[in-house]
Amino acid sequence: MLSRTANHLYWMSRYIERAENIARILDVTENMALVPNAAINEAALWWPALEISGTSDTFNERFKEYNSSNVIHYLAMDRSNPSSIYSTLYSARENARAVRVALTSETWENINALWLEFSQFDADELDMNRLHEFCDWVKSRSHLFRGVSAGTMLQDDAYQFLRLGTFIERADNTARILDVKYHLLLPKEEEVGGGVDYYEWSSILRSVSAFQAYQKIFNDTIQPWNVAELLVLRKDMPRSLHACFFEISRILDSVTRGRHMECKRIAGEIHSSLMYGRMDHIFQNGLHEFLTEFINRNHELGAEIQNTYLNVHAA
Amino acid sequence: MHNKSYFDEMHLSDASVRQVYASYQNWLKTIPAEQLESKRQEAEILFRRVGITFNVYGEDDGVERLIPFDVIPRLVSAKEWSTLSKGAIQRVRALNMFLDDIYHQQEIIRAGIVSEEILKHSQYRPEMFNVDVPQGIYAHIAGIDIVRTSEDQFYVLEDNLRTPSGVSYMIEDRKMMMRLFPELFRRYSIAPVEHYPQVLKNNLRAVAQPGIKDPTVVLLTPGAYNSAYFEHAFLAQQMGVELVEGQDLFVRQNAVYMRTTEGPKRVDVIYRRIDDEFIDPLAFNPDSMLGVPGLFSVYRNGGVTLANAVGTGVADDKSTYIRVPDMIRFYLNEEPILSNVPTYELSKPDDLKYVLAHLSELVVKEVQGSGGYGMLVGPTASKAELDAFKHRILANPSNYIAQPTLSLSTCPTLVEQGIAPRHVDLRPFVLSGDKVSLVPGGLCRVAMKEGSLVVNSSQGGGTKDTWVLQDKTSEHNSLPTHPETGVVTC
Repeated sequence: MLSRTANHLYWMSRYIERAENIARILDVTENMALVPNAAINEAALWWPALEISGTSDTFNERFKEYNSSNVIHYLAMDRSNPSSIYSTLYSARENARAVRVALTSETWENINALWLEFSQFDADELDMNRLHEFCDWVKSRSHLFRGVSAGTMLQDDAYQFLRLGTFIERADNTARILDVKYHLLLPKEEEVGGGVDYYEWSSILRSVSAFQAYQKIFNDTIQPWNVAELLVLRKDMPRSLHACFFEISRILDSVTRGRHMECKRIAGEIHSSLMYGRMDHIFQNGLHEFLTEFINRNHELGAEIQNTYLNVHAA
Repeated sequence: MHNKSYFDEMHLSDASVRQVYASYQNWLKTIPAEQLESKRQEAEILFRRVGITFNVYGEDDGVERLIPFDVIPRLVSAKEWSTLSKGAIQRVRALNMFLDDIYHQQEIIRAGIVSEEILKHSQYRPEMFNVDVPQGIYAHIAGIDIVRTSEDQFYVLEDNLRTPSGVSYMIEDRKMMMRLFPELFRRYSIAPVEHYPQVLKNNLRAVAQPGIKDPTVVLLTPGAYNSAYFEHAFLAQQMGVELVEGQDLFVRQNAVYMRTTEGPKRVDVIYRRIDDEFIDPLAFNPDSMLGVPGLFSVYRNGGVTLANAVGTGVADDKSTYIRVPDMIRFYLNEEPILSNVPTYELSKPDDLKYVLAHLSELVVKEVQGSGGYGMLVGPTASKAELDAFKHRILANPSNYIAQPTLSLSTCPTLVEQGIAPRHVDLRPFVLSGDKVSLVPGGLCRVAMKEGSLVVNSSQGGGTKDTWVLQDKTSEHNSLPTHPETGVVTC
C-alpha cells in the first residue's frame, strides 16, 4: 500500500485513541473531585491531568489558575492546544478524509459523523456538570470507530497500520495514566494505603476500565503493586502495556512479512521485558523510572516505524 | 407560474404534461409539499454524513459546502437519449481524431478547416508533436455539456476534454433517489448508471502500453483540498485503484513508480485529475507542488499512459468549439447529430462590431475560461457591468467569443417557495477505450436562483438526478444479462 496512506491511517487511529484517553483522564479527575477531601485542593487535583497529556507547560502560558473550568476547557475544547480532544478529533478526521478511499464507507462515515456531532457540543457550556456526558460520548465514539473498522475492513496492511496506531498510542497513554500516581502527592497527614490513597488508585483503575477486572483477579483491597501488575504485565487486560505489545508484535510480524526490521527488534525487546518482567523487580527500581523508560522506548519504536514505513521520501 | 418563453421539461405551454412525465406527475400530485421538503432535508443530512462536499476556490480552507440537491428528477425519454448519446459519441470520436491529427499529420490545417494559428494556441503542446498515444485516444473521458431550447432543439454548449468532473454526482444522486423514492423506481423503468466506474476502469486498463499483461491503474489527485476531491476519492474507491498524490509517485529509468510500504511499485496508467500545467514541474509549471518531476518525459517515451492525454485543451476551448461540426464532416464524413450554439468570434472585426452593439442581448465568454468565471450574461448585467466588460473585450478581443442568450429549458425544482421552474443543462460523460460509450444519464445541473442561467456549482448551481427511461418494448431484450446493459456503444 501507499506509504502516505499508511501514514494517514496510523495517525488517524492514534488521534482517536488519544482523544479517548484524554476523555478518560478528564472523566476520572472529575470523579475524584467529588470525593470529599479538603486536603487536596483544586489545583493539585487538576494539575496531573495536564501532566499526563504533556501539556502543563503550554497551559501555564495561557492560564494562571489550575481550576477545573480552565483545565476542562484546555483539554477538551481548546483549538490552540494540539492535544485537546477538539484538536485530536479534528486531526483524526482530516487524516481520514485524506485516505477515505482506503477506509470502508462505513468507517469513513462514522468518523465524519463523529466530527459533525462534535460540533454540537458548546465549548462554553462544557462545565463539570456536562463533562461526564461529553467524556462518555468521546469514549463511545472511539469504541464505535474500532468496532466499525474491525467489522468492515479487509484485514490487509491498511487495517494493520490502523491498528498499529491504536496500540502504540494506547501503550503510551496507559503508561502516562499509571505514572500520574507519582505526581499525585499525598497530603502529609494521609497514610499510604489510607482512604485518599485508595480513591486515587481506584480512579486510575476506573480510568482504564480496569476496576471490575481488578476485583475479579485480585481478591484483595486495592494495592499499588496489584494495580501496576494489572496495567503493566497482565496480557489479558486490554489496555495493559503487555496487551498492547502483544498486538504490536503481531502486527509488525504481519507487515514485515518475515523480513528482519529494526522496528520489529525494538518491539520484540519491549514485548519480552513485559512478558518476562516481574513486578517486585520493577518496584525495586522504581515504578516511575520504569514507566519513564517505557515511554521513551515506545516513542523510539514509533519513530522507527515512521521512518521505515510511513515517511518514505527516498526512492 | 411558468414563463412561457422557456421550454419546460415537464409542462407544455398549454399547461398539460409532457408524455415522459405523465406518470411522475400523477405521483407528484399525491405528495404533499412538506413531504418533499422533508425528503430534501433527509438528503442533505445524508450527503453531509457521507462527506459529499466540495471546497470553493478563494474561500477559507476547511469550508466544506454541499452542492444543493434537488429531489425532482429530470426525465429523458429513450428516443431523446438515443439522439443525445449518438450525437455525443459522434462528437468525441471526431475530437479524438482531431487531436491525433493536430499532433501528427495536421491534415485538417492543410484542408483549410482549422487555421495554422492553432499551433500557437496556449493549449497546443508542441512537446506532444509526433508522440503516439495508445489507440490514438486523447480524451478518454469527455463531458459534453448539452442544453435544450425546445422539444427538438438540443445544443452542445461545450466539450470538456481536460479533466471533466461531476460524474460522482450522477452516481450519488441516483443512489440518493433510490433511497428516498424507491416506489418511483418500481413505477418507471430507469436505465442504471452505477456501472460507470467499471466501464472507466476497463477502458483505462485497455489503454496501457501494449504488452503489459495486468496494468496498474492509479488516480492522481491534487489532494484533499481540491474542490473535486470527493469525486477523486469516490472514483478511486469504486474502481479499486490507488488514489495517489504527486508526492506518492516518482520516476526512475523511464518508468513511474509509487512509494508503498513494500517498496516501489510500477504504475502503468494514470487517470490524472491535475491539469497539464501541473503534472510535471520539469516540463511545465516549475512551481507545481502537485506533479511528479520527470513524468512527462516518461510519458513521451511510452513508459506510462496518461488519461486524459496531455494537450487535449487545444480541442475544448471556445475557439476550437466553433470548428467541431466541420471536424465531424471532415473525419467521419457524417453530418453532425447535435448542433453547436451559433457563436461570434470577437477576433473577427465584423463579429466584434456586432457584439459590441448588442452586448446586452448576448453571453460573452473567455475563450479559455471555465467554471462560469470571467463571463458576462448580457440580459441580466447592469449598465456598469456592461461598460466594464466592454473595456475588457476591447483590451483583448480575441480572448472572447459571444453567443446569443439561449432560452435554456426549465425543469420543476423544489425551492423555498415550493415547486418552481429552474433552468437546467446536462453533462453526459463519454468514455473512450476499446469502444466509445456512455452510460445513460449524466450530471444535470440546475440554476437554483430564479431566472438564473448559470448552472455551475461554483456559482450556486445544484444538481438533479437524470432518469433515462427505457422503452417498455426494448426493455425485455436488454434486461441485465450482459454486464454492459444500458451502455450505448458505437
